[in-house]
Amino acid sequence: MDDLLSEFLTETSESLSTLDVELVKLEQNPNDPDILSNIFRLVHTIKGTCGFLGLPRLEAVAHAGENVLGKIRDGELVVTPDAVTLVLESIDTIKYLLSELEQNETEPDGNDADLIARLNHFADTGTIMGGSAAPAATPVEEEVAEEVPMTDDERLQAIFDATEVDPDIQEPEPAPAPEKPAPAAAPPAAAKSQAVAPAKAAASEGPKAEAQRGEAKESSVAAQTIRVNVELLENLMTLVSELVLTRNQLLQMVRGKDDSEFTVPLQRLSHITTDLQEGVMKTRMQPIGNAWAKLPRIVRDLALEMNKKIDLQMIGADTELDRQVLELIKDPLTHMVRNSADHGLEDIPGRREAGKPETGTVTLNAYHEGGHIIIEISDDGRGLNIERIKAKAIANGLATESDLDGMADSQIHQFIFKAGFSTAEKVTSVSGRGVGMDVVRTNIEKIGGTVELKSVEGRGSTFIIKIPLTLAIVSALIVESGGERFAIPQISVLELVRASSNSDHSIERIHDTPVLRLRNRLLPLVTLKKILGLDDGETTVDDVDEEAFIVVTQVGTYSFGIIVDRVFDTEEIVVKPVAPILRDLSLFSGNTILGDGSVIMILDPNGIATRTGEITVGGSQGVESKARSDTGDRETTSMLVFRAGGAEVRAVPLALVARLEEIDVENIEYSNGRPLVQYRGKLMPLVFIDGSYQMKGEGRQPTLVFQDRERTMGLVVDEIVDIVDDVLNVELTADQDGLVGSAVIDGKATDLIDAGYYLELAFSDWFGHEDTGGEKKRVLLVDDSPFFRNLLTPMLSVSGFRVIAVENAEQALDLKNRGEMFDAIISDIEMPGMNGFEFAESLQNDEHWGDTPIIALSSHTSEEDFERGRQVGFSDYVAKFDRDALVSTLIQTLSAV
Amino acid sequence: MSDKKALVPSKEQSTALDLGGATKDFVTAYIGKQLFGIPVLTVQDVLGPQRITRIPLAPPEVAGSLNLRGRIVTAIDVRKRLGLREREDDVPGMSIVVDQGGELYSLMVDQVGEVLSVPQKAFEQNPATLDPRWREFSDGIFRLDKQLLVILDVTRLLDFTVSVKQAG
Repeated sequence: MDDLLSEFLTETSESLSTLDVELVKLEQNPNDPDILSNIFRLVHTIKGTCGFLGLPRLEAVAHAGENVLGKIRDGELVVTPDAVTLVLESIDTIKYLLSELEQNETEPDGNDADLIARLNHFADTGTIMGGSAAPAATPVEEEVAEEVPMTDDERLQAIFDATEVDPDIQEPEPAPAPEKPAPAAAPPAAAKSQAVAPAKAAASEGPKAEAQRGEAKESSVAAQTIRVNVELLENLMTLVSELVLTRNQLLQMVRGKDDSEFTVPLQRLSHITTDLQEGVMKTRMQPIGNAWAKLPRIVRDLALEMNKKIDLQMIGADTELDRQVLELIKDPLTHMVRNSADHGLEDIPGRREAGKPETGTVTLNAYHEGGHIIIEISDDGRGLNIERIKAKAIANGLATESDLDGMADSQIHQFIFKAGFSTAEKVTSVSGRGVGMDVVRTNIEKIGGTVELKSVEGRGSTFIIKIPLTLAIVSALIVESGGERFAIPQISVLELVRASSNSDHSIERIHDTPVLRLRNRLLPLVTLKKILGLDDGETTVDDVDEEAFIVVTQVGTYSFGIIVDRVFDTEEIVVKPVAPILRDLSLFSGNTILGDGSVIMILDPNGIATRTGEITVGGSQGVESKARSDTGDRETTSMLVFRAGGAEVRAVPLALVARLEEIDVENIEYSNGRPLVQYRGKLMPLVFIDGSYQMKGEGRQPTLVFQDRERTMGLVVDEIVDIVDDVLNVELTADQDGLVGSAVIDGKATDLIDAGYYLELAFSDWFGHEDTGGEKKRVLLVDDSPFFRNLLTPMLSVSGFRVIAVENAEQALDLKNRGEMFDAIISDIEMPGMNGFEFAESLQNDEHWGDTPIIALSSHTSEEDFERGRQVGFSDYVAKFDRDALVSTLIQTLSAV
Repeated sequence: MSDKKALVPSKEQSTALDLGGATKDFVTAYIGKQLFGIPVLTVQDVLGPQRITRIPLAPPEVAGSLNLRGRIVTAIDVRKRLGLREREDDVPGMSIVVDQGGELYSLMVDQVGEVLSVPQKAFEQNPATLDPRWREFSDGIFRLDKQLLVILDVTRLLDFTVSVKQAG
């Protein structure tokens, strides 16, 4: 059956049973407006849904019934038993129609003109159609019979006589006698139920079938779905959690004994508990998409109203979260999306001015991370206006000017969460009433969540909502440190490393900062004992180095190792929130009871990462950056190794290659003596590794396709050998055109080709320089690696920039002192001497270069790096090897100036 | 009105502690030689010595957490909270479990005594000279025959935010 229809049937049969009860109540209290409006609402809902689903017959009956009820509600009609009977009759008809609908998925033929006429008559005149509308006139339904006062015997007889018994008659109906008070309804009803039995017995096939259908109706729809109080589910969940704990406890007890008679039944118990746990969890989980369903519509309406173009992106709609949590975040989410669309995004002219595409984007992204659900709401709009927030904060008396001067931007952003704070210049119907973000934050904090805000003026804002899964059962690794045991959620554990001084893995130190070499990378380490303050000063440095276990943990893009004393096994735990007085301990995400009955704290890897991150910013910054540059050198690069024109192997960074193709030699055409091939509807020039290169006479020729925005170029090679991940260390810088230098890749000396050179070869000669008038923008490139300088300089030249490349920040500053001016600076972060952060910081308030946008270029693209980069004045952050992003960022940055 | 209040100060006291009836029941506990009382209705349980898990980085007054029939209870060292010396090692110690806003806390004391029914008229406000810390956590004093019963205000005892502010 159609989902919509079956849902309608379930819902309607629920409302109908409520209606029966309510109508009887109404008869007893004819003047209770609450009951009346409740009945009216239920009938109205049924009518509305019928109309929507295209069920005209049902709709007509419901409409007529609603009419009567409406008049009663408005006081135009008086509630009499007659009136109630009439309404009940219409409800019975609705029930009959519904049962037919469920059997056949269509409305039965025929109409209810008589009933409707009587309902309308009553609605118009306030009287029941006279007794003359006798049984004889009954067209489809039998109900009219009830209208004529009868004795019980007569009723009985009427039922026996009925040739066509329909299920309505089985419904108990109140006494029709007009003068009788309501309580007297009981005896005839009783008589009637007696009457039903003989009627069933006496009647032939027809009624039996009806009766069976009636039963079928109850069992099918009613059994498919039931509504359950969330509180009940909540209780079930708690009980199951306890059961899991008890099960774990039992397992622990039996574990030591090999042939216990309990082993087998316990195993069964364990399986069943697991299934039960999953089942109960499932009952409460819903995809977050349910809460987002309304948003596209809201955003669309908003876009129309505000005359904006808005694209709403929804990522991770199937991320499941607890139903109750879902309900609670629905409104805050809606509010925040509205805010982003209204305050965040500029209007069309505004976006054009800012050099952004006309269509603004609001992105919703939901995902699980380390026992939390993260929901990000970001827009690419104007970002928060610091000055306006400051002005408003002063105006509202929340802070003084001197307070604000000492605050970081991120602290100033926090003001928008204060009550009565709206920076929108005008109040729209959508937002700007200043009752927003504080309520949002309160609601989210109520369920133990947090809201974070990141905003860069002119680039947009991102709200990050983090909601803990307090009731979830997670698998956790139990470790020991400083004599105490702790649980680490398994989800954030990458691997375990056992380090000792005489094994492959040993902990090394850079000025007391422990690090670990792990597969050609340096892993920063934190000592759990130390950050938890369990370190009594007894443990010496050597002590730790002797032997330790390292839990390699990942948080976002940042991985680090946690040094612990011992590692036990993993255990399923129920995350319970810590007591309110301990909530501000960010290192713990909760606590739990282990199988052996002891209480244990659950570590929050995010909290540890943040904590160690702060340490980085604090005292040992130099050490950290040194460690970083070390890891930078060890960064591996994916290289595509190939052979072309000779036996020696050549390589190119894989990231530069758009595609690998094989081109049929027959398809190669020549234009002006140069080879080209039709490729994806365009002409692609082919270049050779050098002038002496000879193509195959026939067959297929492997080709590396390089792509630079719209243009593609094919480099013809003999053979693609391999893709190798290796540390890239250019050892010999070649003077030869087309080569960056030589490096040892996979143990062999390999020529690194200069992709930029070939791009230029293909396009400068062929199409001529794309010098589309105007002066070329001057770009300063600061990078200590000759490889990158050689790689980026031609590439950017091809893209129409004039590039001056220098080795380090000192040289760059020399240029500045000589009065050179640039339109943009691209700077590496890890450099010997002055690093990229310091370089950017030194330029921040410079009179000559202070306004020049600086783009950071780095292989470290963690969130903290971004944040730090922005703080010291980088306008953007691009990952190394991401050529397209670099060029587009450059163009965007330059056009924004 | 204000005049009247000044004349009958005892009334004001009674509203402060909500002493409706003629007597009030307290679970009593000893810390050192001092007798303390906790309103009987807030008490959930009385425990002997327990295995307690330390919580690193927690305020020093938080002794740790323990498992009470499947519920996690946060243990508070009342001695530390009141600024007293640590308990002697030979005293095993006991705990009174109270419910505060749906969370259970175990108040660690030296020894738990009987439940006392004390007449309302024996109530006194805190003497003005009392140690400020004690004054913060005490709801008043009852004069008993041979000693004084200090009533602990559990809510304030467990409200760490306020005391941090005051101390800081």
